[in-house]
Amino acid sequence: MNVPERSEAFDPREPELPNPLPRPAGEFEALEKAWEAPRGLSFITAVNNTYVGLWYVGTAFLFFILAGILSLIMRVQLAAPESDLVGHGLYNQLFTMHGTVMMFLFAVPAVEAASVYLLPNMQAARDLPFPRLSAYAYWAYFVGGLVFFCTIFFGLAPNGGWFMYPPLTSTKYSPADNADWWLLGIGFIEISAIAGAIEIIVGVMKTRAVGMSLDKMPVYSWAMLVFAVMIVIGFPAIILGTLLLEMERAFDWPFFIAERGGDPLLWQHLFWFFGHPEVYIIFLPATGMVSMIVPAMAQTPLIGYRLIVLALVATGFLSFGLWVHHMFATGLPKMSLSFFSAASTAVAVPSGIQVFAWIATIASGRMRLTTPSLFIIGFLFIFTLGGLTGVMVAMAPFDWQAHDSYFVVAHLHYVLIGGMVFPLFAALYYWVPVASKQALSERVGRWVFGLMFVGVNVTFLPMHITGLIGMPRRVYTYPVGMGWDALNLVSTLGAFTIAAGVALFIVDFARRFRIARDENAGNVWNAGTLEWLPNANYNTRSIPIVVSREPLWDQPNLSRDVQDGRYYLPGTATGGRETLVTSPFDARPQYVLQVPGPGWQPLLAAVFTAAFFLLLTVKMVLLSATCGVLAIICVIWWLWDTDPGPVRPPVDIGGGIVVPVYATGSMNHSWWAMIVLMVVAGMVFTCLIFSYLFLWLVNPAAWPPQGVALPDGSRPFVSGALYVVSAVLIAYASRMLRGEDRRRPRAVPVLIAMALPCVAGASAAELWAQWQTGLSPSAHAYGAAVYAIVSLQIFFVLTSLIMGIYTIARWLAGRLDSVRRTTFDNTMLFWFYTIGQGLVALAVVHGFPRLTGGV
Amino acid sequence: MCALSVAGCSGVQSALDPAGGDALRIYWLTVIMTVGGTLIFLLVTGLLLYAIFAPPERRAWLGSRRTIVVGGLAFPIVVLSGLLPYGLIVMRDTDVPMPGALQVEVIGEQYWWRVKYAPEGEALEFSTANELVVPVGRPVTVTVTAADVIHSFWIPNLGGKVDMIPGRINRLSFTAERPGIYRGVCAEFCGDQHARMAFDVVALEPTAFEAWRAAQAKPAREPDHPFLARGRELFRAGGCGSCHVVRGTGADGTFGPDLTHVGSRRTIGAGQFPNNVGTLAGWIANTQHIKPGVRMPSYGSFTGEDLRALAAYLESLR
Repeated sequence: MNVPERSEAFDPREPELPNPLPRPAGEFEALEKAWEAPRGLSFITAVNNTYVGLWYVGTAFLFFILAGILSLIMRVQLAAPESDLVGHGLYNQLFTMHGTVMMFLFAVPAVEAASVYLLPNMQAARDLPFPRLSAYAYWAYFVGGLVFFCTIFFGLAPNGGWFMYPPLTSTKYSPADNADWWLLGIGFIEISAIAGAIEIIVGVMKTRAVGMSLDKMPVYSWAMLVFAVMIVIGFPAIILGTLLLEMERAFDWPFFIAERGGDPLLWQHLFWFFGHPEVYIIFLPATGMVSMIVPAMAQTPLIGYRLIVLALVATGFLSFGLWVHHMFATGLPKMSLSFFSAASTAVAVPSGIQVFAWIATIASGRMRLTTPSLFIIGFLFIFTLGGLTGVMVAMAPFDWQAHDSYFVVAHLHYVLIGGMVFPLFAALYYWVPVASKQALSERVGRWVFGLMFVGVNVTFLPMHITGLIGMPRRVYTYPVGMGWDALNLVSTLGAFTIAAGVALFIVDFARRFRIARDENAGNVWNAGTLEWLPNANYNTRSIPIVVSREPLWDQPNLSRDVQDGRYYLPGTATGGRETLVTSPFDARPQYVLQVPGPGWQPLLAAVFTAAFFLLLTVKMVLLSATCGVLAIICVIWWLWDTDPGPVRPPVDIGGGIVVPVYATGSMNHSWWAMIVLMVVAGMVFTCLIFSYLFLWLVNPAAWPPQGVALPDGSRPFVSGALYVVSAVLIAYASRMLRGEDRRRPRAVPVLIAMALPCVAGASAAELWAQWQTGLSPSAHAYGAAVYAIVSLQIFFVLTSLIMGIYTIARWLAGRLDSVRRTTFDNTMLFWFYTIGQGLVALAVVHGFPRLTGGV
Repeated sequence: MCALSVAGCSGVQSALDPAGGDALRIYWLTVIMTVGGTLIFLLVTGLLLYAIFAPPERRAWLGSRRTIVVGGLAFPIVVLSGLLPYGLIVMRDTDVPMPGALQVEVIGEQYWWRVKYAPEGEALEFSTANELVVPVGRPVTVTVTAADVIHSFWIPNLGGKVDMIPGRINRLSFTAERPGIYRGVCAEFCGDQHARMAFDVVALEPTAFEAWRAAQAKPAREPDHPFLARGRELFRAGGCGSCHVVRGTGADGTFGPDLTHVGSRRTIGAGQFPNNVGTLAGWIANTQHIKPGVRMPSYGSFTGEDLRALAAYLESLR
């Protein structure tokens, strides 16, 4: 649908400047006006990546400082044995919050935030493909994260460790709300991360500079692509896990309670299937940043680009096969452990490839020892050490000593601080000149580096010994005379040294960082990539053609020509905000994406979403439900203005290339987003089926347990038939909605309206069938698992109903026709997913117990 | 680094002071990996500094794709291909249940250790708490589980750790090769007082072990002094028997630790305080102040002479 004709005039190998001078009067002013930032207090309604990106990075850094302060308090408590500065109650909240805030509110958001700011710049796109979605993700994170952090001031902070193992975190042993704050608080941060991941995948694949084929893409874009795919595959495991634990706590569904057929290890598998990729999710974007900074500092192109890309993809893949190395001490068979031990050593190889690629690049250039360079050197030093201790703990028998001791604390801080924090500081010093009128101070930067580098080593190097001589982790105090006193004191002194370095950074940042509207500090490093082009809110004046990986080095007049409007789309075709969508592999122009501008909808939707989760945590159910409904209303209000249709005929963006301003079908950016969302949903469902099968393995002779009968064998076929009918109706409606003539056949809303009760009926029939057998979700894990599957399906059915009704409303309002049908397409995709999931759920729940003869 | 911290490596809870075969095997693996890792670290750091500071002509060879393939791909694969089999062999030879091993069951509780020795030949079974006594040179198999939340059983001097998971039974096997006193700890965060959940490990020569075992199987000592008898009476009247067992007296509660031979243990409170009349009295009268969050309430009702008598009675239960 609406596929642009491939213009013969387009040839990426010979960049003739597409647009001539002089540019028409008013063209530049129209561009500026479309991208004008909202004034006064309304600035919080801004959605474009420049603003949202900066706020996002700032908020993430705030959480870094807050979680860091928590760790300072912990270190003071541990500086001496038997200290009573901090009691056990507070200490257990401190270490849980330190880990949780650092991992969920700082590490992942910081790298995601950096990409919100940097990715469009680096690819010469004007904005991310879904700016309101990033704004929504940001505000939900901001509100939810701050409220979550404040729980520590009320003694309500979670205190079960950042990995929250049941049964300690089950209601019986953690009756208060603390654990619920974690489960519901982290829940919506996971939503933010997934929204960001969808944005990044579509952004990297579909909005690049013209001619920026995959092999010319910055390594950072590759790293973020792998990062986003890993989030899509890995985060659902923890989303499901937190859902299950919350249902156990709130409704007594015993997924993890051994006495009723559950298993604490189920949580560990779900958590670590997410948890291990999580650390690579944090690490890979940092390596992407390093791969951009090193060539600029050494003033030479990156050596081994293809090997690095291979290493990124390999790390992404391999990291999903390692999770059991966090469970080496749980009594699993040695045969299983040996597999995970082998995989855990294998993952060191791609990291080695990257390290040597950077060394080779540095060797082939002239490395200037700027502050970013110092942080890169610090990163290589600290991360290499951490990676080597990682290989050590990959050896299961060594891990049997080191696990849950301070050795692991040392390892994890070396790889996380070395592998992510140091590159982040390098990135801040490196990229601040893009965002700010002034660069940061090089002189102060050396001190920041020195204090942090020395501090990290003084804090964490002794911990390797502390752990091996017996100090377990997560202890609020330790006995006198164990030989740990001096080591702990040294670690505490180191921690304050790090704090001094960070404090110095904050002072320098406050003194020098001034947001640049259109006059940033410039290409102070003489770097070669597109984020260093002159830019403003609209990023670059025109969207360039690139022919190599370092366009600014290889195309000497690029800055001037881009600024003059010689390249593509130098103004605004529709009068509003736009960016250019290009093809995924070769980056040929495909269509002009109409990008939304500032609005209250995402902000309000985010606040109400956060309120929904937070109020649910304190069990104010009615108020929470109200906020949930308001959130949905805000989302619908937000969506109403999207899917604008082709507001004007195809536009000449320059060089004779004419592209439409609207596209549907598999080329459309929101189609891609829906596909990614379906993968996320599919992974949540897969993890749920895994949980069902895992619980069967725990109860092989009692599945279903004694006294529980399966529903009659005809029931799933009734539900299944209803699902299939609803899918057929939607497919038929899709067929009706075809034609270039913008027709609006009445059949479409009628078919959708008929599909609604079918899908709802299918799901209700299944719930009824289970309920009629007397199956209880709280008596045994079998019932809990079955009802969990049924409930998940009900959630998807309800969402489908809302989407179906919304689509009908669009038709009624004249906003849906056979050309302007993206909304219908998105609903259709989601519908088919819901049907597919429903059918698989029926097959598993009704078919599996019959297959294993448990009936 | 360890040598620098003045014999800090040796200790009663140190993986770097192996007192048994498993711990020794892991120790050598640790040493080899540390030495190897240090060398690799120095090599990589050296190459990095060379890449930055050496004159451009001298470092040009380093600036090539070959560096990546050799250093980043071939070298790690070679080293890891040697390390992995070594590690797997150590894993195979560690924690191996042997026939004829001494069988002990340990159940993790918030925040103490329930210990049961299995009957063997003429030796009767018995329960104790917070202490593991093993014969030197004989394999031991500890069967573990947990009564409430996940705990972890770790004696660094003797071997690795194993998690104690409610609803699951795990096993850990090791052999103490050197007589001595060691300390085990809980190594999985288990709640408020996880930091204060430890146990004594004593490795005795076989004859001493048999003597200890025989003594533990006997019922509680009768008080041989009126003061101690007064203590026993207070124990009974105070309801202590509803949570604690003292075999031979009618106190048969299984909620808390078995106190039949509490006086023979080195520490109380799960490895927290030396065992004497003073600490016993303090524990009884002020439990929640010393280890807040444990399941035993403070018995502040016991004071003065009564408290001393009760503590003295418990101390006498050797």
